[in-house]
Amino acid sequence: MEDSTMMKIIVCVKQVPDTTEIKIDPVKGTLIRDGVPSIMNPDDKGGLELALRLKDQHGAHITVISMGPPQADVILREAFAMGADRAILLSDRKFAGADTLATSYALSGLCRTLDYDLIIAGRQAIDGDTAQVGPELAEHLDLPQITYVADAKRLDNGNLLVHKENEDSVQVLEVEGKCLLTVLASAFEPRYMSVNGIMKAYEREVEVWGADKIDVDESKLGLAGSPTKVFKSFPKALKAPGEVHEVSEEEAVELIINKLKEKHII
Amino acid sequence: MDFSYSKTEELFLQMIRSFAENEVKPLAAEVDEQERFPLETVEKMGKLGLMGIPVPEQYGGAGGNVQMYIMAVEELSRVCATTGVVLSAHTSLCIAPIMEHGTEEQKMKYLPKLASGEWIGAFGLTEPNAGTDAAMQQTTAVDAGDKWILNGSKIFITNASYANVFIVMAMTDKSKGTKGISAFIVEKGMPGFSIGKKELKMGIRGSATCELIFENCEVPKENLLGQLGKGFGIAMKTLDGGRIGIASQALGIAQGAIDETVKYTKERKQFGKPIAKFQNTQFQMADLKTKVEAARLLVRSAAWKKDKGIPYSADAAMAKLFAAETAMEVTTKAVQFHGGYGYTREYPVERMMRDAKITEIYEGTSEVQRMVIAGHLFK
Repeated sequence: MEDSTMMKIIVCVKQVPDTTEIKIDPVKGTLIRDGVPSIMNPDDKGGLELALRLKDQHGAHITVISMGPPQADVILREAFAMGADRAILLSDRKFAGADTLATSYALSGLCRTLDYDLIIAGRQAIDGDTAQVGPELAEHLDLPQITYVADAKRLDNGNLLVHKENEDSVQVLEVEGKCLLTVLASAFEPRYMSVNGIMKAYEREVEVWGADKIDVDESKLGLAGSPTKVFKSFPKALKAPGEVHEVSEEEAVELIINKLKEKHII
Repeated sequence: MDFSYSKTEELFLQMIRSFAENEVKPLAAEVDEQERFPLETVEKMGKLGLMGIPVPEQYGGAGGNVQMYIMAVEELSRVCATTGVVLSAHTSLCIAPIMEHGTEEQKMKYLPKLASGEWIGAFGLTEPNAGTDAAMQQTTAVDAGDKWILNGSKIFITNASYANVFIVMAMTDKSKGTKGISAFIVEKGMPGFSIGKKELKMGIRGSATCELIFENCEVPKENLLGQLGKGFGIAMKTLDGGRIGIASQALGIAQGAIDETVKYTKERKQFGKPIAKFQNTQFQMADLKTKVEAARLLVRSAAWKKDKGIPYSADAAMAKLFAAETAMEVTTKAVQFHGGYGYTREYPVERMMRDAKITEIYEGTSEVQRMVIAGHLFK
């Protein structure tokens, strides 16, 4: 099944709470996470979709990797059911409390023990929104990186032709050799798990690796390796709900003009 | 019985729910309005392996269980009852009898294409004069040496104009009554076989419900399904399984109506507050939700028995009877909660109410289910 010319892709995925289901405690103002389902981070799922498309077109071997508690295994089963070939979960108390630097460092230690041509990560996770882990991973591994990827194709010469989406433009880049891409969920509508894939997802092995199996300096892991200290975390203050007036068009014009005058805008 | 889903079933639920929400729900109103068969959805379902959930892997299926299959019917029906019945008729009424009664050759020939969705399946038992009294079959099959010659017609056949494979009951010996009925596998395009008029229905309007016409229809000898004269038993056993599918469809419709009503009553304000805040709404909705959960347990229990190989005929009848009547009650009240808006096509509950009605009628009316249940009770 595997041959030496086949592209080997690592996809980084993270289990996150489905933030669309999160509610805010009206009294304490904190997030209520109880009963909120966990999902594969959408940008990461987009990254897996890109890897699967490259596999469909050219053949590839896809290894999905994640760092998290043992229950994060669910998203790796989902990745199997979508078409991934191998799954590794970094799970060890030594990783606990990691910020983006310690996380990307641990992932780099894992990547160094694997053979790969391409690493794909999601742009950012919906529970942290830092967009740092992908770029930091590339730095740890000394790889070229392209962020905000909206399209990527493999050319006949083996290079990748990548569309990078900037705020007001698109850059088209050709990359030679190993690199890391961070991907936008909106550009890669993920496929559904297949029923056949689902049936086999729990028969396959998710490899669970501890810190001892990867190439790292343990003092740089977890809380000890995390320079970021969260000072305070709070929900955004909500804006006032506004006013609703059910009036005719003429009355509406007058009402708006009066409001603007009231606020000394006109 | 374990009430929790296995990890595999949980993963499956995640997939089918998202498929139903993103691919099926957006088409539901259009499929109903235009009375259009959702062929594009069936193609997508085929690619994902949803058209052959319980088919073993060696016949090209997913190797899943009945529990997963009914989850699929429920989740599809929750947003579009037409799509739910397309899958139910295909799986329960065509795939299942071939799996259970087919020869190895028949399984190899038909199951892979049915499981992949390349072919759609259907089932023909009902005739103009043989509805609940299914033993009154008038379609005949005569042994003509190297083939069977079928004559007669079938009505109200789900999937008919899109199906490639039909399980058809016909009289091979009128003198023997129900023991003279045999089952056949008929393919679209066999000489003398045609599709008749399409029914214009109250609900499940996207499902292609048509007449089947056999005029000296030539069916190869090897297409007899099961033994000669065993067709009635095959039909009854097939309907036992089918009832779990229709019970799931009814359950899905009821759950869909609950979902819509919860959403609507939280948004709709009258007398200065959302109508969900009124105790009348809360108490009625609590009763409806309780019935839906009771229906779900009956449906899952019947499916669990079928998966385990335990007799489930009465369980399937009870599940269908209760789920269908619950669907009718829930959808009727859902329209009432929506008031005038509920009577319009702007909201999906009026469609759900029309769709729910058929679950009390097809694959055995509620009266037939009571006959089956009483039959087991007083035997």
